[in-house]
Amino acid sequence: MNIQKKRNHFPDRKAEDRVKDFQEVGLPIDFELAQKEAGRCLQCKHAPCITGCPVEIKIPEFILEIKNAQIKEAYHIIRKDHFLPSVCGRVCPQEKQCERLCVLAKTGEPVAIGKLEKFVGDEAIQKQYNQSSKIKTIPGKKAAVIGSGPASLACAGELIKNKIAVDVFEALHKIGGVLVYGIPEFRLPKKLIEKEIGVLKQMGVQFFEDSVVGRTIVLEELLSEYQAVFIGVGAGTPLFLNIPGEKLNSVFSANEFLTRINLMNAYAFPEYDTPIPNASDVIVIGGGNTAMDAARNAVRLGAKKVTVAYRRTENELPARKEEYHHAKEEGISFRFLISPLEIKSDESGKAQSVVFQKMELGAPDEKGRRSPIPIQDETELIQADMVIIAIGTQSNPLLPTISPKLKLNSKGYLMVSENLETSIPNVFAGGDIVTGAATVIQALGAGKKAARQILKKLEKE
Amino acid sequence: MFPIVSKKKYNDTIFELEVEAPKIAKNALPGQFAVLVAHENGERVPFTLADCNKEKGTVTFVIQVLGKTSSYLLNENLQSIPHITGPLGIPSHIDETKNHIVFIGGGLGIAPLHPIMKAYHQIGKKNTCIVGFRNKNLVFWHDRLSQYASKMLITTDDGSMGEKGLVTDVLEKEISIQKPDLVYAIGPLPMMRAVSEKTQFHGIKTIVSLNPVMVDGIGMCGACRVTIGGVTRYACIEGPEFDASQVDFDELILRSRQFKKEEDICLRDYLKNGIKK
Ligand SMILES: Cc1cc2nc3c(=O)[nH]c(=O)nc-3n(C[C@H](O)[C@H](O)[C@H](O)COP(=O)(O)OP(=O)(O)OC[C@H]3O[C@@H](n4cnc5c(N)ncnc54)[C@H](O)[C@@H]3O)c2cc1C
Ligand code: FES
Repeated sequence: MNIQKKRNHFPDRKAEDRVKDFQEVGLPIDFELAQKEAGRCLQCKHAPCITGCPVEIKIPEFILEIKNAQIKEAYHIIRKDHFLPSVCGRVCPQEKQCERLCVLAKTGEPVAIGKLEKFVGDEAIQKQYNQSSKIKTIPGKKAAVIGSGPASLACAGELIKNKIAVDVFEALHKIGGVLVYGIPEFRLPKKLIEKEIGVLKQMGVQFFEDSVVGRTIVLEELLSEYQAVFIGVGAGTPLFLNIPGEKLNSVFSANEFLTRINLMNAYAFPEYDTPIPNASDVIVIGGGNTAMDAARNAVRLGAKKVTVAYRRTENELPARKEEYHHAKEEGISFRFLISPLEIKSDESGKAQSVVFQKMELGAPDEKGRRSPIPIQDETELIQADMVIIAIGTQSNPLLPTISPKLKLNSKGYLMVSENLETSIPNVFAGGDIVTGAATVIQALGAGKKAARQILKKLEKE
Repeated sequence: MFPIVSKKKYNDTIFELEVEAPKIAKNALPGQFAVLVAHENGERVPFTLADCNKEKGTVTFVIQVLGKTSSYLLNENLQSIPHITGPLGIPSHIDETKNHIVFIGGGLGIAPLHPIMKAYHQIGKKNTCIVGFRNKNLVFWHDRLSQYASKMLITTDDGSMGEKGLVTDVLEKEISIQKPDLVYAIGPLPMMRAVSEKTQFHGIKTIVSLNPVMVDGIGMCGACRVTIGGVTRYACIEGPEFDASQVDFDELILRSRQFKKEEDICLRDYLKNGIKK
């Protein structure tokens, strides 16, 4: 059999069109293309791809159904392991997971598993294969889930599937965690998230917005009403550089910038009330996916020049290759080996420029990563009327400060046992609040694992 | 949905809104605030919980009409508010070792003083209250606060009620009569700064409540970052109350103007076009 070495091309919108709006970058995938790509799968019996997937989707099985034109079946195979194929097909770093282990990757290009997952998820939404009926829960057993990001959604899904009533408490006024407040519309359309979360609602999961656990309701209150609690509050507190000028106007954390745009729809100001100021020269500091998202949003808001400044080189850039590539296509400039020293102000207290220290790479550290070191007396000034700091996040201290019985590790994240149980019995945790900023699929995996442990405990009771 | 129980207008710019929010009312403590989204396309705006009725399950906000959200809340005939999140922020530390407390409120700032004064009054402390307004027509809630104060002093800029002058002048007099153990000042930033300068000179510990721009109100965006004693603090989860002598007021004043232009655009758009559904 002659297998096509290169994967099929899944087209994006042209860069010059897509930077003019916030619509999705990737074009819809049609059945013929999906089927053709599905035909490349070798259907390996040992399926190494599955071991690369944190929720262990039966990848060859669902791909086979696409090949056989049985999309509904394909959807239900994925659905056994998680509820968010339209989301994960778009945002997972497949190149580091399932696709990395694809046998075809050894001699050519791996099967485009992510694109196929996206195709199946979207078809399921469009043709309503995802319709679900209300699940009759076991009386007297109830679990509470805190936060509504991917970890929480996966936990809630696994519990309701196993007939445990679930109430989800979310601090914000919208459900979805980073999916709704961080990841941009042009990578992940909001209406898809709503549809995929809709499945959980149909099955009977109850969602309570505007509910900050620790403030609106305290953990102890939840423990008296529910037999088990899952904490999936994310790692949302942004880090700053602690350099002069960081509190000038028009200096934002990436979280604030993205939240204004995504959660609050500031790009449609004044139809939506939340503003984001106009800027012509934007500097984004950092080199991760959040930096890429911020820069690409800035372009779409109409900035003339957007520069990403990263203190190491292109080789160390932590962002996904695909995101970096998309950002470059959209006209974003990259400056490597510079690190900010100070943000300078205009007369009104607004950012005007950034002074950078030039850097070079030193010797590799124990992880093999070369650290940047300053080159003495070499600095550079770059104009900027908006500066976005995207250097990472840390654990949100709100809940642990109020419930000090929750033990933290040395980095400030929640300490959990192997079974994801926290220092408080029957309280489990997973996702970014345990691992630090990671990925959607790892959070889904953790939520699912915690749910299984909760099920075991509830069975014993 | 949070049903509106009552709306009372005090003057052209200040009104009171009582809303059913049993969970918030149950857990609310003095000094805390809530984030309110007035309509589906609305901003998340923080307002201090000026009062709460735990039996009725209601909370009260006192709101000054400035931008779109406040104009909308005042002008429209609303049955309910779609989203209210709270109680947020660290509650006031009610310090039992202090016996004489002077509370200073400027304009709208007198509403947030109310629950804190009440708390000190309930544990038998002596409260002196100084409130300042531009003129007589803007005075509100002084009767409500005077229940908890052994001395109630009003100042107006034009002398139309109480003493003519600034709250700081009256404060100076009070200090000379009897030096207080603690001062609470809530109001416009320049007023809080002026009080802070005066009390620092006299060595009196002073607490202010800050209300910087906020988005989420739960520590996830950093919009509310303020400099306290040279260190960055998030007002929403580490405040809103801080030791006045440590606050960088100049920076706060600059940051408070950050969205002035956009706020004006938004308000004008609303007054012209109403709310787009
Ligand atoms: C801009 C950006 C882009 C990203 N892009 C990708 C990507 O392309 N692919 C990928 O795999 N990963 C990406 N990630 C990472 C990924 O989004 C996270 O790893 C994942 O969302 C973590 O899920 P979680 O459920 O642990 O928490 P979160 O998604 O952070 O959700 C936590 C939720 O808990 C709520 N909460 C917090 N405190 C409380 C409380 N006290 N009470 C109630 N609720 C509370 C929060 O409001 C939030 O909604 C990105 C992250 C960011 C910031
Ligand atoms: S308002 Fe977002 S961190 Fe305080």
